[in-house]
Amino acid sequence: MNYMDEFRDRRVVLGLAERIRKMAAGRSEPMTFMEVCGTHTMAIYQYGIRSLLPREVRLISGPGCPVCVTPNGYMDKTVAYSRLPGTIIATFGDMVRVPGSSSSLMEERAKGADVRIVYSPLAAVDLAAVNPGKRVIFLGVGFETTAPTIAGSILAAHARGIENYFVLAAHKTIPIPMQVLSADPELRIDGYICPAHVSAIIGANAYRSLASEQHVPCVVTGFEPADIMQGVEMLVRQMVEGRSEVEIEYSRVVKWEGNRKAQEVLAEVFTPYDAEWRGIGVIPGSGLEINAKYAAFDAEKMIPVNVEELREHKGCMCGEILKGKVTPFECPLFAVDCTPESPVGACMVSSEGTCAAAYKYGR
Amino acid sequence: MCLGVPMRVVSIIGDDAVAEIDGVKREASLMLLGEEVRMGDFVIVHAGFAISKLDEEEAQETLRLMREVFTAEDMQ
Repeated sequence: MNYMDEFRDRRVVLGLAERIRKMAAGRSEPMTFMEVCGTHTMAIYQYGIRSLLPREVRLISGPGCPVCVTPNGYMDKTVAYSRLPGTIIATFGDMVRVPGSSSSLMEERAKGADVRIVYSPLAAVDLAAVNPGKRVIFLGVGFETTAPTIAGSILAAHARGIENYFVLAAHKTIPIPMQVLSADPELRIDGYICPAHVSAIIGANAYRSLASEQHVPCVVTGFEPADIMQGVEMLVRQMVEGRSEVEIEYSRVVKWEGNRKAQEVLAEVFTPYDAEWRGIGVIPGSGLEINAKYAAFDAEKMIPVNVEELREHKGCMCGEILKGKVTPFECPLFAVDCTPESPVGACMVSSEGTCAAAYKYGR
Repeated sequence: MCLGVPMRVVSIIGDDAVAEIDGVKREASLMLLGEEVRMGDFVIVHAGFAISKLDEEEAQETLRLMREVFTAEDMQ
């Protein structure tokens, strides 16, 4: 069984909603829980989870969409690379439409740039193998779920002796920004719906200090509607009982120690660096860059390029939305000047951006 | 982007597996998994890699606990 239908059982979802309502009833202050994974953001909108929760429980979205937290400067660099002769840009589909300062990969493709969408980074390695006269640059964007697959592609290229495969890495890790957001007095996050597949890699132990030192309840939660309701139920229960612990709702996939092999692959290829997050700024040690041993695969080190001057989009509130301080509905551009067909900010472009989810399901 | 689909492993050659869901087949590299994977196991597939094995016992236990909500007090 793949356990998808079982975790979409309406009776279970409604039963959990009722239990949450009873537990939360009479709380004087609302409880605010943040999800920090774009797939959760989408699922919460798609299944109408908010409409099932009592007013004492508030869900807000955090910086969980990897495409959205990638700053404009990175997009400008991809645009610059796409203009270099003999270059193929390989990427996951979400990145193609994200606007940089003055262009996007989609616009560049229309002008003749070779931009290919791949499902797996291994397909980009194959692309390099069959195009020996060109260089293939893969856009390494994503959290700890995706970063090991990119690391795996570099190891595969290394093993196959492929020298024209490069990665422009902008990977990010999620526990440190969670600590930063928890320390923000404006936000007052009472609990975290911790990501599902990021946690499959890093393990639930990664949230221990959030729970023990910052006293924020953390529940690692799956993506199906019953999973999310159960995750919220566990958070509410912790609040009611005055606990702040790490718990795993998604135990069919996530273990305390995570996936050791994937962690080893990550550590073999990447090293932490101070990464810039759209809306949040530079967070020390919150990103992953290619280490010296695999520098030959690092586009940034191997392929110099001139990048245009950075320009931010006027009026776009993506940054504040990523911090959970503002909802898409409070942005003056939302659904007026900024739509999925003609997006201004990354939060509207990515299929799992908060604005895209709100536009599609929330209006 | 972190979407991962539980798929059933239908063939394994070295580190290269093929996994299937609803008739759709995908290649899934096993290079990120430390534990042994056998034919018929369910794995979470993300961007062409199996990133975790689905633990059936845990799935059943979570479902059992969830289903208590409507067999016990709440749904009567």
